This record gives sequence, structure tokens and C-alpha cells, in this order.
Amino acid sequence: MKAGIVVFPGTNRERDMALALARVTGRRPDMLWHRDADLPPGLDLVVLAGGFSYGDYLRCGAMAARSPIMRAVRTHAARGGHVLGVCNGFQILCEAGMLPGALLRNASLRFLSMDCHMRVERADTPFTHRFQRGAVFRATMAHGDGNYFADAATLDRLEGEGLVALRYTTPDGQATEAANRNGAARGIAGILSPSLRVLGLMPHPENQVDPEIDGTDGLPLFESLAGSFAAAA
Amino acid sequence: MKVRVTVMPKAGVLDPQGKAIGQALGSLGFAGVGEVRAGKVIELELAETDPASAQAAAEEMARRLLANTVIESFRVEVLAP
Repeated sequence: MKAGIVVFPGTNRERDMALALARVTGRRPDMLWHRDADLPPGLDLVVLAGGFSYGDYLRCGAMAARSPIMRAVRTHAARGGHVLGVCNGFQILCEAGMLPGALLRNASLRFLSMDCHMRVERADTPFTHRFQRGAVFRATMAHGDGNYFADAATLDRLEGEGLVALRYTTPDGQATEAANRNGAARGIAGILSPSLRVLGLMPHPENQVDPEIDGTDGLPLFESLAGSFAAAA
Repeated sequence: MKVRVTVMPKAGVLDPQGKAIGQALGSLGFAGVGEVRAGKVIELELAETDPASAQAAAEEMARRLLANTVIESFRVEVLAP
């Protein structure tokens, strides 16, 4: 799998993401500069990593979504390329219109820096096939604006088409209000594009990929991706 | 020509910031404050000299960047040149 990570001014999780990707692919992903208008040839996966691109000015992800490289990322997705957006990357995908909805300020108004648990709602996607459907895994959340919002019709469509990938739950998989710390609509932590090739999620699976550092709960997501391309090759 | 774009959270979109402002006003002793909504104001200096063109240009800017129409509505006012 050939992966590239976009670096915007204020992106700060690209190195953790690179380590997670290198762990499953054995090769370092390319770092892609936000002002470039083209992606390197042959990329399978583009990752929009976490951070505070452009200082979260105007709205989280608003500036990054309109930067030159995003035209190329959109073209990549339209051609069937894969895109993963984590945290600020999810916000950017929504701002760019590549995923529906928006990420509002956390309902508590507090920046949340803590672990959460997510239930895998779809285990038949390029991002999740190494999980069991209904599996619950732990990840770290670190965001001020992770409260997923979309109008009721959009939410119903996402649910009906099976595009809700991940939902906040308790460690034993109960989607309770208390487990939904940021107040996201219907407890949504991550959504897919209709092609299943674009995934955005707020928590950071790249934090949990090393048994020496906080466990490997997030590793199946990266193994899924690597496996998708190994099978295709 | 100066143009003012006012961006507000849409009705029905949770506005926790507005809610917090309302609570703070209450704790300062201001009675009778109902719903509080917090948005933002963006003022633009445009080279346009025709008010209708300035209005149209600013609306296009609002649709494409200044507002996220999934969650926000906007209003454009052309101010005195």
C-alpha cells in the first residue's frame, strides 16, 4: 500500500500516523505539502491527519478544505482512491463536502482529551475488515469540535445505507448517552462515503498501534487497509 | 465598497456557545434573557463599486467559504462605500 499524508500548517499528528502506516506496510508514507496541486503517482491512500490546520480559523478544517491539494484529493477519491481523515482530517473532509454533515463544538463546550470506545458498525469495508462486526475498540479522542451534526434526512440516509462506520459506546458496546462524550448525533464517531473508500472519524486509532505504548486496539484499522491493497495487488 | 456578512448557526443546530453566554448572563443577574445565539460578523472591503455586484460577490464568498451552509445561515449587507 502506497500512502501519503497531507501536511497543512498546524497539522500535528502526521508523524504518529506515519508510524502507524509504516508498521503495517513496512514503508514510510509520503508527506504531501498542502500547496501542491498534484499527488505523487500511484498513491493508494491519502490520509488527512489530526491537528489544528490553519489554527482552526473561521471553522475547523475550513481553510484546509479549500487549499490546493484538496482538489487533487477529491480527484483521487473520485477515481476510486482511498482517503482516511482522522480528527481534524474528518473535519476537513466534511468542510470539503467529501463527507456529509459537520463537526460542531462539543456539547459540553470542553476540549475532550480522553479515551473512548467505539463499536464497529461495518466490518466489510477496506478500513474495518480486520475487526469483527460489533467489536468494540478503544481509542484516544482529543478534540474541541467533534460533535457530529447532520440534518435528520442525512442521518437517516447514512443509517439506511450503512454508512455509519463507528459509534461511541461503553466498553461493552452499549450506545449510551454517557458514552457519547461530545454529543454527536446518534453517537456517530465515524462515517463512510457511499463508495466505502472515504472514512472520517474523530478519535485517533493511530495512538494505539504499538504494544509497548498503550496497546494495539487501533491496529486492525491499519491492518485492514494494508490487507485491502495486498489482496488487490 | 464595504460589505458585512453575518453568519449565524441555523435554527435547530445546537449552539452550546450561545447557551453558555445565556447562562453567564443569568449568573451576572440579568433576568429575562431567553435564547441566546452566537454567530460571527465578517467585514469585507471589496473593489466593486456597484452595490448589487458587491452583494452578489459577497453572497458567493459566503456560500463557498465564509459560512458552512450545512450548519450556518448568512446575511449580506452592503454598507456605505
